[in-house]
Amino acid sequence: MTSPPSDAHRAATVAFDHATKRYPGTNTARSGAVQDLSLEVPAGKICVLVGPSGCGKTTSLKMVNRLIEPTSGRILIDGQDVASREVTDLRRSIGYVIQQVGLFPHQTIGENVATVPRLLGWEPDRRRTRSDELLTLVGLDAATYRDRYPAQLSGGERQRVGVARALAGDPPVMLMDEPFGAVDPIVRERLQNEFLRLQADLAKTILFVTHDIDEAIKMGDLVAVMEVGGKLAQFGTPEEILANPASDFVARFVGVDRGLKRLSLSRVGDLDLLPAITARPGDDAAEPRRRIMANPLEYLLMIDEANRPIGWIGQRQVPSGGALSVLMASAMSPLLDRRTTLKDALAMLIDAEVQVGIVVDDHGALEGLVTADEITAFRRRGAEGSGT
Amino acid sequence: MIRWDVIEGNLPLIASKLLEHLALTAVAVGIGLAISALAAYFIRGRKRLVGPVTGTFSLLYTIPSLALLAFLVPVTHLSFLTAEIALVSCTLFILTRNILAGLAAVPTDALEAADAMGYGRFGRLWHVELPLALPLIMAGIRIATVTTLGLVMVTALIGFGGLGQVMLRGYNFRNDTLVLVGFVLTVALGLAADLGLGWLGRAVTPWSRARGT
Repeated sequence: MTSPPSDAHRAATVAFDHATKRYPGTNTARSGAVQDLSLEVPAGKICVLVGPSGCGKTTSLKMVNRLIEPTSGRILIDGQDVASREVTDLRRSIGYVIQQVGLFPHQTIGENVATVPRLLGWEPDRRRTRSDELLTLVGLDAATYRDRYPAQLSGGERQRVGVARALAGDPPVMLMDEPFGAVDPIVRERLQNEFLRLQADLAKTILFVTHDIDEAIKMGDLVAVMEVGGKLAQFGTPEEILANPASDFVARFVGVDRGLKRLSLSRVGDLDLLPAITARPGDDAAEPRRRIMANPLEYLLMIDEANRPIGWIGQRQVPSGGALSVLMASAMSPLLDRRTTLKDALAMLIDAEVQVGIVVDDHGALEGLVTADEITAFRRRGAEGSGT
Repeated sequence: MIRWDVIEGNLPLIASKLLEHLALTAVAVGIGLAISALAAYFIRGRKRLVGPVTGTFSLLYTIPSLALLAFLVPVTHLSFLTAEIALVSCTLFILTRNILAGLAAVPTDALEAADAMGYGRFGRLWHVELPLALPLIMAGIRIATVTTLGLVMVTALIGFGGLGQVMLRGYNFRNDTLVLVGFVLTVALGLAADLGLGWLGRAVTPWSRARGT
């Protein structure tokens, strides 16, 4: 095997080749069984295994690091059968994150993170450097956290440590079993976003198990939908699965709101932003008034010196002459940025009971406007474009 | 009533019996721990063996030490071995039960994580399971030690007994001071062992008290 000298940016393909797991004494589909699973995850991609409980998604995951041995078939990492590798060796080269995290309560956070480096025989200094580096990577201050015990951390913090620990040996492959399942929805959303940002740099090959189709669509480059009995119902990109469910089961599983879900696949930056009619405090009212009267959008947007939105002035509130004042600006719209998903953008507009959202850049300066109509029109176009 | 001159005159005897008392206890708990650890290691995960083994240890625990001594003397005579057999057999039940309970209390998610990260069987036992079982194992050692400290007295009947000998001599010579010295020292030893081992148990498991920040 050839691997680059730098240990960063390594990834490997993971392939299931007719992998089957049967449990003795049952002829019918037992919970956790896997039936003739074949799929290939390209290096550096996230593949989400999703399905109802008992569909064999966790079993499939555990066959990769041989916590469960297949009854027949093979699992290949970079073309090499995992069964041919020494089992502890194999496991040290695969990151593993589980819902319950499984941190060692008797070890400090620093020691927990350095588990695989310790097993690989790294020197203590190098281990400490590595674990500090990883704590920083997952957003925890190393000096604050390294000497604490797991019991002293919140659920979200423990989950981050779990991810750091899985990354410690810089494994080319990561297995994640409902990694964000035990934290509350707000923390989960944040951890998901942070993890996607990490993955953009790390580019590991990741197998990710969840029962939550929304999480699958959000996290997956590829999604494998599995059904009870351990059958692969569909394997494809989230777009393909939402646009063309391969069976009734998949269609039911992704849900009646799959049109709405597809909005998660696109971001505000994918839309053509509409121009806003703007004015600054102190400007003469006559010119903006003339422009606003000629525009279908009936509001004037007041912005400050740095182009940051201040608020709207209704068409009829714009005086025919004199200077505009900050006091005239009333309601604001939700502020979106180009990375906001269309689903989140639409939700924010509905929550704020407005039709128009303001798109700003990283410094808060105005970029343009987005309307709820435009988002729904974009969804319709997408649906037609992919043939449904 | 306390005659300090008696204490002074018997100081060498008291000191040597105190040491004997400690030695009998330490050896009994040490050997008991070794046997219990081996037993626990072999019967763990083998459900059919757990019942018979812990049952046997429980029986040994229940047999009064005096009866056991009477039974053993014809075989092993009035020896150190006889005394230790009686003492050790009382520790086995307590220690084995606590080791098994300690290992059973190790969180399964920690075990799964240990396997998945590539610990071998012994590495996992030594670095994950034993440290996590330590609070209950230490509790077992503490109970076994305090129990044995008391039981040592009985072996005075076969010529050992540590401080039990001091008390016995006190009875035989109608010497209240010696009886009192034996009594006070025995109680003090028990208390010291209880507190000392309690402290040691906490010292070796700093993580078990870590809560909040």
